[in-house]
Amino acid sequence: MLYRENGQFKTSYAADQQIFPILQDRWALGLLLLVAFVVMPLVGSEYFFRAILIPFLILALAALGLNILVGYCGQISLGTGAFMAVGAYAAYNFMVRIDGMPLIVAMLLGGLCATVIGVLFGIPSLRIKGLYLAVATLAAQFFTDWAFLRIGWFTNNSTSGSVSVANLNVFGIPIESPVSKYLFCLVVVCLFALMAKNLTRSAIGRQWMAIRDMDVAAAVIGIRPVYAKLTAFAVSSFIVGVAGVLWAFVYLGAWEPAAFSIDRSFQLLFMVIIGGLGSISGAFLGAAFMVLLPVVLDQLPHWLGIPISTATVSHLVHMIFGALIVFFLIVEPHGLAKLWSVGKQKMRLWPFPH
Amino acid sequence: MDMTDINPAASDAAADSGRRFGDVILDLQNISLRFGGVKALTDISFDVREHEIRSIIGPNGAGKSSMLNVINGVYHPQEGRILYRGQERKRLEPYMAARQGIARTFQNIALFKGMSVLDNIMTGRNLMMKSNILQMALYWGRAQKEEIAHREKVEEIIDFLEIQNVRKTPVGQLPYGLQKRVELGRALAAEPSMLLLDEPMAGMNVEEKQDMCRFILDVNDQFGTTIVLIEHDMGVVMDISDRVVVLDYGKKIGDGAPDEVRNNEDVISAYLGTSH
Repeated sequence: MLYRENGQFKTSYAADQQIFPILQDRWALGLLLLVAFVVMPLVGSEYFFRAILIPFLILALAALGLNILVGYCGQISLGTGAFMAVGAYAAYNFMVRIDGMPLIVAMLLGGLCATVIGVLFGIPSLRIKGLYLAVATLAAQFFTDWAFLRIGWFTNNSTSGSVSVANLNVFGIPIESPVSKYLFCLVVVCLFALMAKNLTRSAIGRQWMAIRDMDVAAAVIGIRPVYAKLTAFAVSSFIVGVAGVLWAFVYLGAWEPAAFSIDRSFQLLFMVIIGGLGSISGAFLGAAFMVLLPVVLDQLPHWLGIPISTATVSHLVHMIFGALIVFFLIVEPHGLAKLWSVGKQKMRLWPFPH
Repeated sequence: MDMTDINPAASDAAADSGRRFGDVILDLQNISLRFGGVKALTDISFDVREHEIRSIIGPNGAGKSSMLNVINGVYHPQEGRILYRGQERKRLEPYMAARQGIARTFQNIALFKGMSVLDNIMTGRNLMMKSNILQMALYWGRAQKEEIAHREKVEEIIDFLEIQNVRKTPVGQLPYGLQKRVELGRALAAEPSMLLLDEPMAGMNVEEKQDMCRFILDVNDQFGTTIVLIEHDMGVVMDISDRVVVLDYGKKIGDGAPDEVRNNEDVISAYLGTSH
């Protein structure tokens, strides 16, 4: 009843091509941004920022990057953790080796280094597809794990293998308190989400999807598979690399290569699949599902006042979490984003049957 | 296979579209194509003249689709020369053929299933979009202007093919006949000088076939597009083609105007069989 676009006529193609053509969607987004930028910093507790919102935002950014590659271009990658690691360690090296290197510049340079590595490991995609490509990108994972553990130069010859950054600031504003960290991540994530959306609705996005859906037909209408696949790898690894920088610098502060292990790659791939392949909102929904659900499940017995030992709870969380993933994939293989759009479709007609 | 069946709507249109052939645009000389030991095409030569409708017919497995794949660079023949606009063409990839103005549709629909009708046809214009990745990321200035300018062109094609009401529908949800139409639209969006159509009417009912005939003739007539057509409906082929080449077992067994081909002994025996 409330959600319908009756009477919202578009008189120009510019109006028809905007990201949210429906008025109610624009209101909802505005409200969401208001809550995120204004309400949250006022009411959120320190724990809430540290344990939930910041990891959610950063993982959503990484999932966004991965979604461009897997969801939009159809190239499966298991090297996401590796590209995050490259971004993080590259930015770290820029920070420690160049005096007065601003955080933003180091972050973007880290992203660019991840781009280079991403394109390099994307080259096999020109020849191999599907699971075989996944195995090839797995090589990136093992390679970076090894490189950052064994080659001392990357970690500035730190004896423990762990590195850390301190005194982060952007334009002189310190990024130390949970709120400032949260706001910094939020701004970065919003900007990247907007740019990712723009890319996917432009010519390059259509090229990626064309390669994903039918590569022979794509080539026949003039799309160069080499260009489309490698740009997808480049853009994806850039975003993933930036997410890696945020994860290391802002969320962890001090980290070692294990922070970007194969587990991270799998976690992000699951996020993308559960959230919805080929959808920007899917990255956010998937990240929310993966970050929030374990926390909620963990707290649930406590809130309900059920006396169970913490060990049992943590085992149960794993089991229920796994079961829920399977359940969601059976109910809606196209992910939460699809579920959301089906819901919106229903809302357009509700309460009428047709 | 009734070769005398005449489709009235199509024949009128064919008569109206003033025949204005140009020079030879594509000349295929002694093309042979093998897959391992299987000979798909053997020593085939024929040419295509500008603005004409050139049909390729033949029984199943005769090598018709392989022929189209050779023309637009999906397959690379082991022997033979291809002259396109008077120049010998070297080994080229499909995207290069697209750059030379060759577009095509496929026998089994090859649309981008996850995308809307609009996006599918927009993809056909990707070669004309020149903004760089940064402009697209910001969706500002040139990138947005381009999107709108090409959208206008795409809307013209949507009007032409009469698919306005489904423009935002994902193509996977459309009925078969409409999908074929969208695929034609995607090929047309590139504004090709040569259009290869691989069985555009397969599996259609009479009305859909008539519509498709009308679109093909209109494209040929209004835009002067050269058309290479593979089709099994002999009524349609004989009506709308200017010249027909007949393949059987990868060899050319007939070539000429529809009437000549219709009366060719080899063609009749290939289609109907011979009494022994």
